[in-house]
Amino acid sequence: MLQIKNLSKQYDGKTVVHDVSFHIPKGKVISMIGPNGAGKSTVMGILSRLIARDSGLVEFAGKDISHWKSKELSKRLAILTQSNNIQMKLTVRELVTFGRFPYSGGRTTPEDQEIIDRAIAYMELEDFQDRFIDELSGGQRQRAMIAMVIAQDTEYVLLDEPTNNLDIYHATNMMKIVRRLCDELGKTVILVLHEINYAAFYSDYICAFKDGRIAKFGTVEEVMTKETLSEIYNVDFEIMTIQNRPLSIYY
Amino acid sequence: MKERTITLVLACCLAVASVLSLFVGVIDLDLHALLGGDLHQLEIFLISRLPRLLAILCTGVGMSVAGLIMQQLCQNKFVSPTTGATISSAQLGILIALLFLPASTLWSRAVFAFVFAILGTWVFVWFIQRIQFKDAVMVPLVGIMFGNVIGGITSYLSYQFEMTQALSSWLVGHFSLVLKGRYEIVWLAVPLVILAFVFANHFNIVGMGKDFSRNLGVPYNVILFLGLSIAAMITASIVVVVGSISYVGLIVPNVVTMFKGDKLRGTLTDTALFGALFVLICDMIGRVVIFPYELPIELIVGILGSLIFVGLLFYRLRGKKPVRLAVQKGGCCS
Repeated sequence: MLQIKNLSKQYDGKTVVHDVSFHIPKGKVISMIGPNGAGKSTVMGILSRLIARDSGLVEFAGKDISHWKSKELSKRLAILTQSNNIQMKLTVRELVTFGRFPYSGGRTTPEDQEIIDRAIAYMELEDFQDRFIDELSGGQRQRAMIAMVIAQDTEYVLLDEPTNNLDIYHATNMMKIVRRLCDELGKTVILVLHEINYAAFYSDYICAFKDGRIAKFGTVEEVMTKETLSEIYNVDFEIMTIQNRPLSIYY
Repeated sequence: MKERTITLVLACCLAVASVLSLFVGVIDLDLHALLGGDLHQLEIFLISRLPRLLAILCTGVGMSVAGLIMQQLCQNKFVSPTTGATISSAQLGILIALLFLPASTLWSRAVFAFVFAILGTWVFVWFIQRIQFKDAVMVPLVGIMFGNVIGGITSYLSYQFEMTQALSSWLVGHFSLVLKGRYEIVWLAVPLVILAFVFANHFNIVGMGKDFSRNLGVPYNVILFLGLSIAAMITASIVVVVGSISYVGLIVPNVVTMFKGDKLRGTLTDTALFGALFVLICDMIGRVVIFPYELPIELIVGILGSLIFVGLLFYRLRGKKPVRLAVQKGGCCS
């Protein structure tokens, strides 16, 4: 349903995304990885309409995303980036309530309230729901953001570096949440990750970028090979299998 | 429930102060005579006292709501009509109207003030969006500098064309010239504030950042400019009648959000009430201090405002966390 065709983007004459095409499988977790400047974040930005593309198509449900009404699209596709104004003195509940904005505007119905309650409970934020988000820890705040996305009730969720600025404990929890979004709530989750092993352990598909092109797109097992990774990152890799998952060691 | 209490207390205080203010003035008004149908007293009441009270209420509500909107949209607690060049732009607009349309009515001056205030605010916000400041304090500093540049142009023009005398009443805000028939433009603040209520949630979302708004399907730029225009028009309609009233748009929203958070639907009413109360009390002090003469409100607001502001800084410093001035990346005014 979400398909990218021949996407290109230039910055000041320098091509950062070069003729990228891929189909996003529904109901799976898809991680985009690659070295800095490989174009993965730009592709994410174009997908979420935060960055204008130069050419190519991003088709969602048979229609290019630029032809979608913002409000309609926001009921089906949620975007979470790291550049939100987290100093705002909003309570967790107020933040999560914004997730219902595309549906009810400012006036929430009792049904909305129920959805909000469930989203807060799902993220185990009941005890924090009246706390201001600027008083929370990074991990809690990230969970509050996810709760908002859950309340938004979309089929697709785009996450831009969700583990950024989180310690190992919170980052791992975040990745478990991503998995649950897919397994329990049936969402398609597309995320940009820097940490290859998180991508390997928690996603179904990996899309590896290099120099603005897709170096390899496939299942985790297909991408997580010594040769592919070495070529993408120009670093030596070893692959080990832990819990039936290929994990990489690089040095 | 506790939140309602604050609103209720503010509303009661405002009501009491409003009634009191009607009886503060050089000519003694007597309730008995007034109710007894004393025509002279009734005249003073209807021509001077009541208009003055209404103008004060509109000013207080308008300036503080304008400040709150600007702070939300710019994601910066130090932006206000004063520190965002809105007031000085409105003043320049009035001067231009006086220069080129000497026979201008209050209304045509208001139109000029509107246009200039809106343009000035837009330019300021465009500027701070183009230049990403690492430090949040830089934003109001740039705003003050920008405002002073515009103020400088205004001063130059007014000296050049010997308009300083005419312009002075718009430079220092005061309510002493508010009389029936020449203050009604200030009522424009009321529908604009109502409009702000309608769009409160939109402003909140835009205040969370560009990506955040995009996610929820809110057109960032449209709402940003709509909000800034509303704030600028409120400010201009007040400047045209009363003159420059600084600090209110800065202090009042800061004090209220400290207690009630940033959710606009929750804070707008309290901000409006507290703003009106603050201006009203300042005006009453100005009327009483050197009775039977009076001090311009700008002076009283300046003194009280700066004291409260220092207190506010200390209060925030004494708490667990230091004053947070840093703004994270990616915001409109960061």
